[in-house]
Amino acid sequence: MPSHWRTIIDDFKAVVPAVDFWSLRLVLDETETLSVREDVVEPPSLAQSRGAHITLADGAGMAYAATSALTREGLRAACAQALQWLAASRRHALFDAGRVPRPPRSGSYSSSVVTPWESSGLGEKLELLRDINRRLAIGDAIVDRQAHLTRRQTGITLLTSDEVRIDQQFHYIIPGYAAVANRGAQTQLRSGGGWGTARQGGLEQLAAFNFPDSARQVAEEAVALVDAPECPNTRADVLLMPSQMMLQIHESIGHPLELDRILGDERNYAGASFVTPDMFGNYRYGSELLNVTFDPGIPEEMASYSFDDDGTPAERQYLIRDGILLRPLGGALSQARAGMSGVANARASDWNRPAIDRMANLNLEPGLDSLETLIGSIEHGVLMETNRSWSIDDSRNKFQFGCELGRLIENGELRGLVRNPNYRGISATFWRNLAAVGDAGTVEVWGTPNCGKGEPNQMIQVGHASPACVFRDVEVFGGD
Amino acid sequence: MHRRPACSGTWKCSVVTDFRELSDRLCARLPAGEVLLLNCQGEDSDFVRLNQNKIRQAGHVRQQTLTLNLIHNHRETAASLPLSGDFDTDLARAQGLLVRLREQLPLLPEDPYLNYATEVRNSVHHGDNALPEPGAALEQLIAAAQGLDLAGLWASGEMSRGFANSLGQFNWHSSHSFNLDWSLYREDDRAVKQNYAGFAWDGDFLAQKIALARETLELLGRKPKQLEPGKYRVFLSPGALGELMDMISWGGFGLKSHRTTQTPLLGMVREGRTLHEDVTLTENHAAGLTPGFTRAGFIKPPSVELIKQGVYRDCLADRRSAKEYGAGVNCATESPQSLEIGGGRLHQNDVFTALDTGLYISNLWYCNFSDRNHCRITGMTRFACLWVERGVAVAPVNVMRFDESIYHILGDRLEALTREHEHILDSSSYEWRSDASARLPGALVNDFTFTL
Repeated sequence: MPSHWRTIIDDFKAVVPAVDFWSLRLVLDETETLSVREDVVEPPSLAQSRGAHITLADGAGMAYAATSALTREGLRAACAQALQWLAASRRHALFDAGRVPRPPRSGSYSSSVVTPWESSGLGEKLELLRDINRRLAIGDAIVDRQAHLTRRQTGITLLTSDEVRIDQQFHYIIPGYAAVANRGAQTQLRSGGGWGTARQGGLEQLAAFNFPDSARQVAEEAVALVDAPECPNTRADVLLMPSQMMLQIHESIGHPLELDRILGDERNYAGASFVTPDMFGNYRYGSELLNVTFDPGIPEEMASYSFDDDGTPAERQYLIRDGILLRPLGGALSQARAGMSGVANARASDWNRPAIDRMANLNLEPGLDSLETLIGSIEHGVLMETNRSWSIDDSRNKFQFGCELGRLIENGELRGLVRNPNYRGISATFWRNLAAVGDAGTVEVWGTPNCGKGEPNQMIQVGHASPACVFRDVEVFGGD
Repeated sequence: MHRRPACSGTWKCSVVTDFRELSDRLCARLPAGEVLLLNCQGEDSDFVRLNQNKIRQAGHVRQQTLTLNLIHNHRETAASLPLSGDFDTDLARAQGLLVRLREQLPLLPEDPYLNYATEVRNSVHHGDNALPEPGAALEQLIAAAQGLDLAGLWASGEMSRGFANSLGQFNWHSSHSFNLDWSLYREDDRAVKQNYAGFAWDGDFLAQKIALARETLELLGRKPKQLEPGKYRVFLSPGALGELMDMISWGGFGLKSHRTTQTPLLGMVREGRTLHEDVTLTENHAAGLTPGFTRAGFIKPPSVELIKQGVYRDCLADRRSAKEYGAGVNCATESPQSLEIGGGRLHQNDVFTALDTGLYISNLWYCNFSDRNHCRITGMTRFACLWVERGVAVAPVNVMRFDESIYHILGDRLEALTREHEHILDSSSYEWRSDASARLPGALVNDFTFTL
């Protein structure tokens, strides 16, 4: 906990009104971004965020106020704002806030960092990004190239009127690069090096993204995709690599299992769910090969933590086991409203937003098949890598996803590249066509730092680790 | 009723003064040769989330951020920090950050695309505060929707943006607005989506909107029609068309995306493809809600003509693209924030008659590109989409997935645009409440493709 938090905490305790329960969440966040595009170093940026989120609960009501004014007067004003909304909340309460469980115990968490950001200087990091730019420049067909490297560190301290105190410190590395190739009216972007995802930890995590070693391959694939045939319009098996599985899990398992969606909170924005409370414990979500866990304990995965932002201790849980739906993604508050067991996933994107049910780390557990076995099991199919397009209905059922790169599979062997690979299906039936799950050797840890949800809107990081998987009889198609 | 504490008002009054004072103090201490750009962004907002016409989450957010861009010897670096409201603390932190930035500059190579305004053009706009007490407005909403299953968000308050630089420029823009965005549910996913946003509140107008929605909810009680995949005649409401415009705006009009061939409108610039001659798109800065200045101090032109009578015209160029490609700066960001589509010839009262038999699409949802090179977009219908027969709405329609190219939707399959526009104020609030808006007509389209 930063030393100056102590003054803020003392000031807060001096002005907080007498209520049944209060909590104070202090957040200090710093993000440093470096970027080189077309060999030109773009202005580095450093973004600091610092603020307090105050929750007051009294009787059946609950309200919050968030402020960057961390003076005693600023905190007093925030408490006054929260008190006024608390009165309105009591009159029109959706649920009895007095029934919401309180954080049970204090604790702490810190990301594991082997190679700190500061272990290399600004000039060294920029030279690395410039080197990647050079590797991406493989010919005239490459019309744009860029590489970036971002470090984010977030400290969160949660205190409650029950004298619980939780300190958590997170470190993230957000790398990536991309090459854009063009001929005439055909343009293809290929990304790599962790583009679109992130990991907890330090610079040692770059190696897991093959950063910067895959740069030339990324550029070569961009050029090859421009000249590749369109993905065929057909019904076929698909082999989804972890860079696409993460999106498939996210959209058609993660979001539908969020308990606040099931309870209707998100109906005006992110949507509801085809899943209903009566399905838990008996609904066949997928084939018996489907095992999905909420796992906050994988050190390098983006949403690992010891406590969620409501202070609930986090532990691994099966959400789907042998294909049967068991448990929703709902934090303590949603669990109390629904009368169901959930997980510790009440999370806020920053100090300026309240905690809501989020995905955190949602992983598909590995099976027994090697990648070679998966490919060998397919008579007519398409391998797809790296999500680039996502769309699903507001009940999270009818989906259509697209990838950067496809490879035909015929008679158990990989064939040539195809461009613009897309596929569509229905969540409620798609997972039942899960025919093979890759072994631990095919597992990759992915996720996204940009999962959007909530009113007011919140963007948050979520993790998805998955093996490669095979699905039978899928509608596959390409571009025009 | 909800009442603001006196100290909040004091804070708001001091925001512009403090920013000016901070700017003056920081710029006064700059060594010779350095240029400093300062941007201030502030928000003092109430947010109330509703479910089942009851309060799910209610609260207040007060945030203010200062961003510093330090420039010296053709190099630039930037940092932002939250403002605490205590002037001395904020000044000390900003000075500390400037020291960090100053240490970084020699490690950077020269920036060939460095670009900032050097002509001093000042402006100050303080929007009037005609907002209702949020608590009172909320009581009116809950009363008007009594007996209905309402889910949604009330957002209101002041938003402010400021710019200053060491060359002596100062710009300020503040406004007080509300954005009430809600859905009224009948059952399952059948609902009426509505929005009421602006600067001055009219409780009677809100009550009328909800009364109208009650009539539509009756229609949603009928057995829904299940469409088979295929091509249908459709009417896209201004809100539905707005979802498609959001997709095109994702790289469609930016100068960089054009020069790097990533625009989804590549066919228009590489192959001479055109849209329907009735389609004219303009970034109408002057009619929008965003500040008239950019974060580098450039003053936006009143408007930028993007597409005229179906033919691609100009791009949006931010400060770096303008320098890289030799254009003038004409936007703060290369994505429209105040998009306007010119009106057509169809009167809004004649929409159902003109549609005759087909699908009235009130809302689209979760759009994305299925083939960016051909500006082909997929997405879902959502909320109260209605099946219309011989000009009369007869049933709700179960959600459908579409997959169609803009070259068809606003091109060879466009039958008409409505004469009237709807002014849509963006209700999004990622990190901050949005100040984007759009003025859009509805569109009557033939042979619109549904796939699932």
